[in-house]
Amino acid sequence: MGRRVLITGLDTFWGGRTAQALEADPSVDMLLGLGTTEPKVPLERTEFVRTDQTYSILSRIVRATQVDTIIHTFLETSSTRVPGRVLHEINVIGTMNLLAAAGATGTSVRQVVVKSSTHVYGSSAEDPAWFSEETPRPSPPATRVERSLVEVESLVSDFAQENPDRTVSLLRFANVLGSDIVTPISQNLRRRVLPSVFGFDPLVQFVEEDDVVRSLEHVTRHRLGGVYNVAGSGKLPWSEVAGIAGALLVPLPPLGTRTAASLFGSLRLLQFPPELERLARYGRGVDTRRITEAGFAFRYTSAGAVASFARANNLRRSIGRSDDRYHYEQDVEQFFRHSPAVVRTTEV
Amino acid sequence: MRRLYDPIYRYWFRVEWEGLDNVPMSGGALLVANHAGAIPPDAPAVMHGIEEELGRPIYGMADFFFRTVPVVGTLWSRAGGVPAHPENAFRLLHDEHQLALVFPEGSKGPSKTYADRYRLRRFGRGGFVEIAMRAGVPIVPLAIVGAEEAMPILFRLPTLSRALHVPYFPVTANMLLLGPVLGTVTYFPAKIRIRVLEPTIFDVEPGLDHYSKSRVMDEAERVRGRIQDALHDMLRDRRSVWFG
Repeated sequence: MGRRVLITGLDTFWGGRTAQALEADPSVDMLLGLGTTEPKVPLERTEFVRTDQTYSILSRIVRATQVDTIIHTFLETSSTRVPGRVLHEINVIGTMNLLAAAGATGTSVRQVVVKSSTHVYGSSAEDPAWFSEETPRPSPPATRVERSLVEVESLVSDFAQENPDRTVSLLRFANVLGSDIVTPISQNLRRRVLPSVFGFDPLVQFVEEDDVVRSLEHVTRHRLGGVYNVAGSGKLPWSEVAGIAGALLVPLPPLGTRTAASLFGSLRLLQFPPELERLARYGRGVDTRRITEAGFAFRYTSAGAVASFARANNLRRSIGRSDDRYHYEQDVEQFFRHSPAVVRTTEV
Repeated sequence: MRRLYDPIYRYWFRVEWEGLDNVPMSGGALLVANHAGAIPPDAPAVMHGIEEELGRPIYGMADFFFRTVPVVGTLWSRAGGVPAHPENAFRLLHDEHQLALVFPEGSKGPSKTYADRYRLRRFGRGGFVEIAMRAGVPIVPLAIVGAEEAMPILFRLPTLSRALHVPYFPVTANMLLLGPVLGTVTYFPAKIRIRVLEPTIFDVEPGLDHYSKSRVMDEAERVRGRIQDALHDMLRDRRSVWFG
């Protein structure tokens, strides 16, 4: 029997891309995606269910569909997109409901994959140059995003301890750049600016968006449990990021950085959320030996991820915004999936 | 930046080495030295010296405090400085087979006043010995003479250091003679001599999580004693602070 997979955050970049990747996998029988809004990418056979952001109906869905794998991509890792209250709801309460559904007695769920972030290590002067999966963070969580992610991870590790018969995979991703993903860093770089803190030029890591999707697929396919850091190899200086992307480095004062950042932010000139501000001071590096030893091969280095973004950005600048973007039409999608009029040749 | 520093190393401090062949040419090793001077000139001297004379890269482990200072922290890390985190040291020595330099006195070394010169402070909690044991690398002690006189501290202002959140706020002879601005960035041209002592190799199994605390403290104390003895020996032969 093939696998039955449920993906959260189908309407986000991650959920959509992961669903697309898994659709091509013949060993996956059924794909189901949850989202608060409509999917943003064209999907062949993934079923879409609209839910609230904390997944209160998740346990009913799991019972009804008998999924064996849950891929939890709907974790918010940037404080610019949603207010703090909502961030907590999405990350902590959403994960709590998800794990409750996955841990119910007699449940069909065998594997849970969670997409976390290297933000859980924080960024401070006391950091080691490279964090391994076991290195404890030296500083207490300083920002709202970090606090909620640390809480999510403790929920996940509790779940893994209570359910030793289930595979729990936790992936911690470095900051992502690539051709399509929109993050505060990419938004800055698109405007050809990059905020920095005067006198600081730390070493940072990036991971390319394709490697993110491929690594989620890798741990799902091979049922790899445990915690894995996912980041392109090597680190590069913050100033180099601006250099590769052709952006102007905008140094903010080292004292009163927050005030300056929120001033620029409210003028919509720069995006400099607190979690980036600390990163632009002390940087961060994670050791990815564990996931490469588990058979995963990165296609991009850290600098390669920045270069990949820069190339896509050059194209965007030349041809402008493409207008053939996908719009989800409920009726059309339902027709293709369920109408007896559609001839399904792929079915065996 | 190295090119800028080279004349200072050569003509200002006129750094001279003894026993350089005690530094291994390959494999990891932990260099341990005494530390002195308000803004210690010994770290750059050792690092530049090893790279010039032996052609091997070396990484200087420094207090986290450095990283929090704008510009200084960035320059320090570009020059081969690494925050003194046990994981950093272990990775450099064990995984990457590099040379690392530590000053186990920490900020207690450079913050001592001129009256206490060449009296080694406590060597931390012996963490450097434990790292060397775990990484399975030798410890190479260095005794450095001259750094004490390059920027001697007359007294400290503890209230000011607390207000500024810095480990110590020194008032140096340089400041009194050259003024607060020039005196902060100018060293006296003391002659720096560095003696490399015989490496210590520990006969313990590498890779353990814990090592006997008493053994670690004993070894740390032994290294401290050897450096202290070497310092006294070098000072006995020193005829002039400025010319060696």
